[in-house]
Amino acid sequence: MGVVVQWKLLTRDLMRTTHSMDFNYQSYFFDLQWEGTARASMAAGVLTKGLCGLCQPRIVAAGYSCSGPLYATATAVKTLPLQTDSTAVTDKIQNLPLETSDFFRLSELFSLKDLFDARVHLGHKKGCRHRLMEPYLFGNRLDQDIIDLDQTMEHLQSALNFTAHIAYRGGVILFVSRRRQFGHLVESTAGDCGEYAHTRYWQGGLLTNAPIQYGPGVRLPDLIVFLSTLNNVFQQHVGVRDAAKMNIPTVGVVDSNCNPSLVTYPVPGNDDTPAAMELYCRLFKMTINRAKDKRRQMELLQGLSPAGLTPGSS
Amino acid sequence: MNRLSGEEWQGGHYLSVPLSSHTHTNAHLQRHTRTHTHTHTHTFTLSRVVPSVAALMTWLHSAAFTRRLARSIAYLFPSGLFDNKAKPLMKHPDEVFPKQRAVQWGADGRPFHFLFYTGKQSYYSLMHDTFTKALAVEKHQDRLRGKGLFTQDAKQISLVGSRWLLKEELEELLVETISDHDYARFIQLMERLLSLPYCSAEEDFVQRYRRQLEIQSSKQQVQPLQYDQHGVAYSTGDGRRKTATGTVLLRDSGSGSISINGTNYVHYFPVLQDREQLMFPLHFMGVLGRFDMQCSVSGGGHSSQAGALRLAISRAMLSFLSEGQVETMRQAGLLTPDPRIKERKKPGQEGARRKFTWKKR
Repeated sequence: MGVVVQWKLLTRDLMRTTHSMDFNYQSYFFDLQWEGTARASMAAGVLTKGLCGLCQPRIVAAGYSCSGPLYATATAVKTLPLQTDSTAVTDKIQNLPLETSDFFRLSELFSLKDLFDARVHLGHKKGCRHRLMEPYLFGNRLDQDIIDLDQTMEHLQSALNFTAHIAYRGGVILFVSRRRQFGHLVESTAGDCGEYAHTRYWQGGLLTNAPIQYGPGVRLPDLIVFLSTLNNVFQQHVGVRDAAKMNIPTVGVVDSNCNPSLVTYPVPGNDDTPAAMELYCRLFKMTINRAKDKRRQMELLQGLSPAGLTPGSS
Repeated sequence: MNRLSGEEWQGGHYLSVPLSSHTHTNAHLQRHTRTHTHTHTHTFTLSRVVPSVAALMTWLHSAAFTRRLARSIAYLFPSGLFDNKAKPLMKHPDEVFPKQRAVQWGADGRPFHFLFYTGKQSYYSLMHDTFTKALAVEKHQDRLRGKGLFTQDAKQISLVGSRWLLKEELEELLVETISDHDYARFIQLMERLLSLPYCSAEEDFVQRYRRQLEIQSSKQQVQPLQYDQHGVAYSTGDGRRKTATGTVLLRDSGSGSISINGTNYVHYFPVLQDREQLMFPLHFMGVLGRFDMQCSVSGGGHSSQAGALRLAISRAMLSFLSEGQVETMRQAGLLTPDPRIKERKKPGQEGARRKFTWKKR
């Protein structure tokens, strides 16, 4: 009986404290100890705007830092007024890329001709076409779907730009592909740019049950790049749905038989040809390396001269 | 005065050697009492060591006295509690606590291994490395083909006398559990690597996942040959089969005679099958007429006696044979004792297997 009374008192105290904070969304999420800062920022953003803010292509919200685990940013937020110099420098480092549209100059990495030569425009047959891919298709020739490379260029540009920003802020990027033909290539790409890969059998609770599977305090990926959104039985990869559940943004190469609805940054393109896959891997690797190099350069510059700030030169 | 005073009586105790801090004077110890000689000896030794009370006090608090005291107590009250054999036996901590994974990510939360999010990072990284090596070998082969230097008879990795790592050994190596399917795939990938003609470049990598097999014949203990006074080599062997035991003395005389329990083997074993059992080891090695045998056997029936003698002969012959011949004998089954014994009768049944007659009603 005494235990029940104590429990009621405890809950009453908790409710009192949360109400007194006037339901501050940020600290509410920090208290719940969710992993993944991007998710928390996005979750907070979603709540302030309203529900169902899924799969809307958006730039990284300024003001919420993605670097470091949740609790680190929580403490940074709480102790903001105390530290002035270092936070001003870190703010400059983090906000400077957001002022220019193509800060990392990724448009010079690829051209429409490169995409065409790598046979990115070749889709599957008309019978395999997914209804939601119809806006991205240029047309159909001899029963084979042709993907509109102008749209692909725009989507690829925004996807690479987003990846670069995530990498610039030290985010964890996970490359996923279940195509056995390109599994080794994807893993090598991830290893080369210092990020992570998963081209094996996807265990059910990898993202949704992470603390149990990996251990408490694990950090989930901040971005998942799908080099093919289908698994070996031509169904949508479980990771697409799980990432959407866990509020992790996704970049995905969607072929004419894929469902692009749950992917945050879909890139309509061919995922079957080795040439196309090598092109994507090369582009992502160069993007991430460029972003990381730029970050190191920025930190060096800021460390040397906190006052003077020059827009980054490559 | 016959009546002793209190002081005198006190002075007469054996344990009046001053162990406590209260004072005793030499004069007190010198009293003539019942233990007169004893106290006198004590007095004498004590007075040599401790000339005065002050000196006595110093000695009582010295390290030498503590050591002497400890030795005295150990002598007077022996205890096995501090023996080496009485110490608790403890296993090495590595045997008690299994190998565990340390935390897989750094202070910033980023995992160390690039395949961390797969769940089985060591296993998948091993598969990745093996496949990388296979690709490298294939690329090398293609380059050789391009130059026209490709030959089928390149140096191959020797796999004789070794086996693949077992699933448990692999789990121990990787410090993570893997399924049977995973293990099968790993072996499959390694076999694929070995199927390439120019795989000898990766020999070190492959041998890391193979274990040497023990040669079974080396487990046989071969007695050295003995020589009697005429210089004739001889050896003994014994064998058992069911409840029969037999011993054999094998002599390298060259006559080929066999005597069992004093009688000729033809009279002792009238059945051909039993005589064949005796012949088999000699016939197998092609030494039929070479040896002279004196056998003694007891227990069991004629078949089991013959089997016991066959094993005894095979074992006795080992001393005369080379390593390779021993291995052939082992593979022929001549050196394996027959484990079959009479099966016990079970309750509720008439015999070992026979059930009682089944009646419908």
